[in-house]
Amino acid sequence: MNWRVIGIGILGIVLLAVGTPGIADRLIHGHANAGYGTPIPWAMWVVLYVYFIGLSAGSFLISSLIYVFGVKRFEAVGRMALFTALVCLMTSLLFIALDLGHTERAALVLTRPSFSSPLAWIVWLYTIYFILLLAETWLAIRSSLVEGSNGKGLKAFLYGILTFGVRDLSEKSLLRDRNLLKILATIGVPLAIVFHGGVGSVFAVTIARAYWYTGLFPIMFLVSALASGGALLTTIAAFVMPNGLTKHKDLVIGLGQLLAMLLFADVLMEIAEILVSLYGTVPAHFIPIYDQLFGPNWYIFWIMGAGFALLLPLILLTTVGRRSALWTGLAALVSAVGFVGVRWNIIMPGFAVEELPGIGQAFFEPSWMYGPYVPTSMEWLVATFLIGVALVVFALGSWVLPLGAEPNVHEHQAAFKAGAVE
Amino acid sequence: MQLAVTTENTLLRMQADLRRTLQKPLPERHWGMVIDLKKCVGCNACTVACKVENNTPPGVTYNIVIEEEIGRYPNVTRRFLPRPCLQCQQPPCTRVCPVNATYKRPDGVVVVDYEVCIGCRYCLVACPYGARSSDFGHFYTTGQTPTVAEYDLSPSYDYGREWRRNPEGPHNSPQGNARKCHFCLHRLDNGMLPACITTCIGAARYFGDLNDPQSLVAQQAASPHVMRLKEELGTEPSVYYLL
Repeated sequence: MNWRVIGIGILGIVLLAVGTPGIADRLIHGHANAGYGTPIPWAMWVVLYVYFIGLSAGSFLISSLIYVFGVKRFEAVGRMALFTALVCLMTSLLFIALDLGHTERAALVLTRPSFSSPLAWIVWLYTIYFILLLAETWLAIRSSLVEGSNGKGLKAFLYGILTFGVRDLSEKSLLRDRNLLKILATIGVPLAIVFHGGVGSVFAVTIARAYWYTGLFPIMFLVSALASGGALLTTIAAFVMPNGLTKHKDLVIGLGQLLAMLLFADVLMEIAEILVSLYGTVPAHFIPIYDQLFGPNWYIFWIMGAGFALLLPLILLTTVGRRSALWTGLAALVSAVGFVGVRWNIIMPGFAVEELPGIGQAFFEPSWMYGPYVPTSMEWLVATFLIGVALVVFALGSWVLPLGAEPNVHEHQAAFKAGAVE
Repeated sequence: MQLAVTTENTLLRMQADLRRTLQKPLPERHWGMVIDLKKCVGCNACTVACKVENNTPPGVTYNIVIEEEIGRYPNVTRRFLPRPCLQCQQPPCTRVCPVNATYKRPDGVVVVDYEVCIGCRYCLVACPYGARSSDFGHFYTTGQTPTVAEYDLSPSYDYGREWRRNPEGPHNSPQGNARKCHFCLHRLDNGMLPACITTCIGAARYFGDLNDPQSLVAQQAASPHVMRLKEELGTEPSVYYLL
């Protein structure tokens, strides 16, 4: 029993309990008590949706290093990466589902999509991605499920069901698992790139918001998804996996060095965008950047984004993190949390400029107030609840499923032979 | 005296234009509006008439008048910009709708299918003119008076159907939906001009079929002094402003 997983589970349950009034308010009164409104239609939940979908895409793409490119150094974190991607996908979809005015109609995007909308595209791609993730996770853990189902007790019984009757552990079948996994993971790479680029495009195609309307935008989404997912996965490898800091030291430091490169790429993009926009005098480009840097929410940029998400971890990873798994883990943890600030600033400044000058003073009524957006207690509590759901599901999965387990001898053999056959 | 006569004449003329247009098949019509900014005094009669006609709840408004104070003392003046939905011919809001709930009709009016809209608010984000609102389910008198006032509960008639919102419990469409100006389609279908046109005290608004060269609105739109908002975005609004 991993005490860290129990800790995550307990934290999750506490968050669920704290957030319950918020979720009740949302379900009973709809959006009446929300801080977002007509002038700022997308707010904290959309930020968190983008944050979690980025974590999902990022950890999935890093898992593909193992399953597509066969990077042995990261192998031990493969199953965890896939499961993390699943949990983050689920969480992000919960956020966006509760953000809809008519959640009960969400399935219409599948039954009557309009493919001129990037939103319709990404919903379809999420669905494919979800199925693919389930299949990949199952293939990655099947051998351990079969082995675990031989004993007695509830866990063995559950494992027995989860094998879906495919109990063959012969070398041939393990090899087939590996090959199938490789094929699925290979399909997954372009899929993840397209859907996360697609999330960026949801914003980038809106001509109404000059801040988002750039070609760099979808690429920034991808790079920061990779970086944030890498940060989360490094954190999990260091602090959640058993013996992360000792036995898997090499893995953690390796992930940390990869993270450093991704963070560096993200810093470059941020600088490019900031400098180009600040240079000109075009208000719709200038104001959102200037506001981020020097407006009332300056700390989201300087402390959370630039500080915690990017620069502090970058410094740690390129100095003490090169030898210490503990420092690498800490840097990754700070970065993973700080990325919420990066996500905030990638979305919310899009609303910093009025569509027409003076529109904010034209009308005064609730949910039509221009001005600084502040999330209400209902929004905070719903977010708390959903993060609680994520932690509980993550803890349950890590507790029940064979995620941390090393690939067994058979798999090593099979993989070795697969390499040899090629 | 002369003003009153002019007002009556333009309204009668536009009403005749409108009824002539209704004889034509839908795809041959192109409903449009011209707003004469020299005549607008910023009284917001259009905003109020629109609220009453469409019975819109708090936070939902199809028409607004944007005021700007310009100049430096002592040469200070105010500029008014009434803004209905501009009914773009290349609407950025409809393309982004994931379920095709909002679309441009053949006669150029951009509408929302309340029964299909999932409430993602992407169209609000995509409109460069802030012309869309989302119905977050508010009422004017909940929590303010012992009972919810009758006018708050009375239905609206967007798109010629009766819509009843729910003050408690689950939201009924159009609650949770995107809502917008639809040029009072329910009035047009019955041969009546949009509410903001008939109510305008300065006769600053012209409405009709831009495809009909005989219509008053088409003649006004042909003036060299017309402009449209944010032409550079290529949205091709059907609402023109006379400067």
